[in-house]
Amino acid sequence: MPEANPTVAEQFDDRQQQRDAATLGMWTFLATEVLFFGGLFLAYTVYRHFYYDDFGAGSKRTDLVFGTTNSVILITSSLSVALAVRAANLNNLKSTLRWLVVTLLLAASFLVIKGFEYHKDIASNLVPGPNFTPTLPLHAQTFFWLYWAMTGLHAVHVMVGMSVLTAITLLVWRQRNLPAKRTTIELAGLYWHFVDIVWLFLYPLLYLVNRHS
Amino acid sequence: MSDARQNYLSAGDTVKSWLLTTDHKRIGILFLLSILFFFSIAAAAAALMRLELLHPQGHLVVPDTYNKLFTIHGVLMVWFFLIPSIPSVLGNFLVPLMIGARDVAFPRLNLLSWYLFLTGGFFAFHAVILGGVDTGWTFYTPYSSAYSNSHVVEMALGIFIAGFGSILTGLNFIITIQTMRAPGLTWFRLPLFVWSMFATSIILVLATPVLAITLLLMGVERVWGIGLFNPKLGGDPVLFQHLFWFYSHPAVYIMILPGMGVVSEVITCFARKQIFGYKFVAFSSVAIAIIGFLVWGHHMFVSTQSLYAGLTFSLLSFLVAIPSAIKVFNWTATLYRGSISFEAPMLYIIGFIGLFVVGGLTGLFLATLAVDVHVHGTYFVVAHFHYIMVGGMVTAFMGGLHYWWPKMTGRLYPRRLAQVAAIILFIGFNLTFFPQFILGYLGMPRRVHDYAPEFQFYNVCSTCGAAILGLGYLLPLLYFVWSLRYGQKAADNPWQATGLEWKTTSPPPKHNFEVIPVVTEDPYNYPPLNDYGEHEHA
Amino acid sequence: MNVPFFPPEASSLAPETDHLYFFLLGLSLFVMVFVFVPLTFFLFKYRRGRRANRAALNLPTNRIEITWTVIPTLISLGIFGAGASVYFKEEVPPQHYLDVNVIGKQWMWKIQHQEGNSEINELHVPVNQAIKLTLGSEDVIHSFFIPAFRLKQDVVPGRFATEWFQPTRTGTYRFYCSEYCGMDHAKMEGFVYVMPAAEYKQWLEQAPPRNTLAQSGEKLYRILGCSGCHDGQTLVHAPPMEGLYGALVPLGDGTTVRADETYLRASILQPASHTVAGYQPVMPAYQGRVSEEQLMELIAYIKSVAHSEPLKKP
Repeated sequence: MPEANPTVAEQFDDRQQQRDAATLGMWTFLATEVLFFGGLFLAYTVYRHFYYDDFGAGSKRTDLVFGTTNSVILITSSLSVALAVRAANLNNLKSTLRWLVVTLLLAASFLVIKGFEYHKDIASNLVPGPNFTPTLPLHAQTFFWLYWAMTGLHAVHVMVGMSVLTAITLLVWRQRNLPAKRTTIELAGLYWHFVDIVWLFLYPLLYLVNRHS
Repeated sequence: MSDARQNYLSAGDTVKSWLLTTDHKRIGILFLLSILFFFSIAAAAAALMRLELLHPQGHLVVPDTYNKLFTIHGVLMVWFFLIPSIPSVLGNFLVPLMIGARDVAFPRLNLLSWYLFLTGGFFAFHAVILGGVDTGWTFYTPYSSAYSNSHVVEMALGIFIAGFGSILTGLNFIITIQTMRAPGLTWFRLPLFVWSMFATSIILVLATPVLAITLLLMGVERVWGIGLFNPKLGGDPVLFQHLFWFYSHPAVYIMILPGMGVVSEVITCFARKQIFGYKFVAFSSVAIAIIGFLVWGHHMFVSTQSLYAGLTFSLLSFLVAIPSAIKVFNWTATLYRGSISFEAPMLYIIGFIGLFVVGGLTGLFLATLAVDVHVHGTYFVVAHFHYIMVGGMVTAFMGGLHYWWPKMTGRLYPRRLAQVAAIILFIGFNLTFFPQFILGYLGMPRRVHDYAPEFQFYNVCSTCGAAILGLGYLLPLLYFVWSLRYGQKAADNPWQATGLEWKTTSPPPKHNFEVIPVVTEDPYNYPPLNDYGEHEHA
Repeated sequence: MNVPFFPPEASSLAPETDHLYFFLLGLSLFVMVFVFVPLTFFLFKYRRGRRANRAALNLPTNRIEITWTVIPTLISLGIFGAGASVYFKEEVPPQHYLDVNVIGKQWMWKIQHQEGNSEINELHVPVNQAIKLTLGSEDVIHSFFIPAFRLKQDVVPGRFATEWFQPTRTGTYRFYCSEYCGMDHAKMEGFVYVMPAAEYKQWLEQAPPRNTLAQSGEKLYRILGCSGCHDGQTLVHAPPMEGLYGALVPLGDGTTVRADETYLRASILQPASHTVAGYQPVMPAYQGRVSEEQLMELIAYIKSVAHSEPLKKP
């Protein structure tokens, strides 16, 4: 029978095995996420190849200020979550909580700015469909379809990440049992880094490419 | 139901203890019951189709209904029966036992997998009740996203949700097999069923998300009239096909690899011998998984994709056949100097080898470019994939159920009746699907309810075969249920097989093993045989 | 009762496809013998209780495995090559052919000959001549399948597809739609009538007087306003149609493209994406304003002036 260790689930032999399983689990899950976004990236690649000019025209209408600000915010949040993981490994409860909260605030600002950006995009008739601005060519609609789909899917992942981080922050704050949560924080941080990396691909593809043609 | 000792079935008999279970064995049983439900609906659809096809201008159902029948048949069979069958039933039940673990790595995720399957299944079933879908299981655009007047979005939603269930199952198996093997259980001491489940899980995890995004994009196009696949919106219908088949081709390997794993287990037990070429069989599973991701365009040779894409996919499709051929040769060689008995599981597995060889060889016809130009979209393709899916996969599933039934339920089923049922299934299957090869080369297209009068003879043969095939499925259903109450109690190891799952009770206790075993031997380490096929006592 | 076993061979490439098919059949039988005979033999000989030598042998497993991996691989490569070579012939039409247009739409086929004859769900062609079909769809994906010719081609909306064949036997052969396209997909079928050349000419002439496809196209060319810019006598600077079909066209982005059906189609529907070098992107887009049939007529007209000189400006 396994040892009656409260921090090791009963299917595992020991903490190390549990940790290994959780880590491999998160990496595998991230692989599925790459494939999930992959379809959209493929569609982007294909249509950009065929409609280069229209994509350039569409890209010019994205808001560079909002986009760049959000990129800076998200990269900084990756830094703060990495610092939270480090603090957890050093068993520093206050620091861990502080950096987790900073991450959450940055994530929230990302979403708020995104909200303003979307609002502006809608007002500028950049939503594909019957109300799409006639000042852009047909396949700029394809560009914007991909813009909304990719940034929207990304925003959903930001929200999921925020929920997970919020739950962990609350658990750590209430239970005050940091060593038991080290792996969880590390893996949540890993997920957050992934969310950040997806944005780092989206940003140049949607905001920067062909902007000055 | 069982003896005085506690086992996983008797440990808690409330509904709640089943619906909130995290025991991988119970989850396997829950999946078994669920997929049986969807199989029944899909089989009923097939029965109606075959009845309609008795006459060249049949009037059993109107065209629209026929189109919905073949769609429902395909969707439910692929996503709600075949994909979950061996992995979520036998895989869930056996993988932890086979590696000497107490459960999978993430038992609660495992339960979530089942609920995702049910939720997805609910939406799919609801779409059927509301009137069904008529796009074919392949959902080609722009018909599905702009022209069909059926419940496409709800059906797609059901598949989408169920897909996440299968991703989690694959994820669970990868981590379980990688990190939770018993002491001494190195990779090359693993049973081949575990190797095939590992390879299957890689495909589950990497391919299914692509299906998810593809269905999502198709659904958005349909709902909001904006999109990527409708040429009237500036989109490309062939892009949908690339995305769809990028998942759906590896999906067929999700379906067949576990079946191949079952074959390796059963054949070694009923030949009382070590498998021939263990490492080659193990690696061939991985090779099939990898190369299987590179051949999707062979579904699109006439789709207006470029000539050079056609050449590339054709070449790769020939290469993916090789590892499967290696397995077949190795299984046959395993029988050499073995000691063979013809219990029901073995009959199913022999049937598998026969039918899979035919199915696999006809795959070569389809990989050959000029031949595929003729037979694509005809009954030749229908016959090919039914030989692999039904003749291969379902036969292996039946064989696996018959092999591990005593372990799972603690009961034996009637021996002779099971052997008879296996033979009935084999005969019925061939009569149903072999004529369809001929029909295909003659030119009968797929997905038609009316056909040219000269095709009637073969269609009638096929329908008669389907009736016999149906009997072949009905009999096991009846005697399995019968066995739960009246079947003879099973010993721990009724087949005298190797493998850790046989070293615990039938049925196993909730925590699988009293003591976690330590592994020191190769798998299938059957003792030497004497001239009469009995094991020599050392 | 008529129980056919094999479809008729009625095109120049049908026998080649059938040779591949029979080779594969023979190979399959060989493989089945190679597997099933030993399988059955072992099941019989090594049946439990039957006396046989079961002493474990030390076989050179690796060498056996490699042998039965390498040989099937080589055979596969051979079949691949053979299949690919026939496929090449199927995909690349010969130099000279008769052009026929086919439009698929739910749930019928409309066939248009260059002479102006049109037919529904029927295709009359002369024997022993190469015929090239240009196929378009008005709505969803269809597929034009002629079993006797061993040929099919998906017809994808938003683009043209082509399919060529040379009938070698007179007679009547079925064609089908072989890509599911909705409710009456099963009814989207018809007959190919292969006739001797003289009879075909007669058949063409027996139809009531009508415009040729090119003439219809020229009418459209004027009605839709194309001539307003593209005629040599206008003041608008637009590329002339004379001499265009088949020529190399330099585009504004520096690339060069050959003016074939696909280029012409794209230039009519979305001209701004294919502006010719030296011209402004002022042509209106005709996407959604012309049907597939009209596109084919316009292209027939443009092809008919491929060897003409543009009229000089005044």
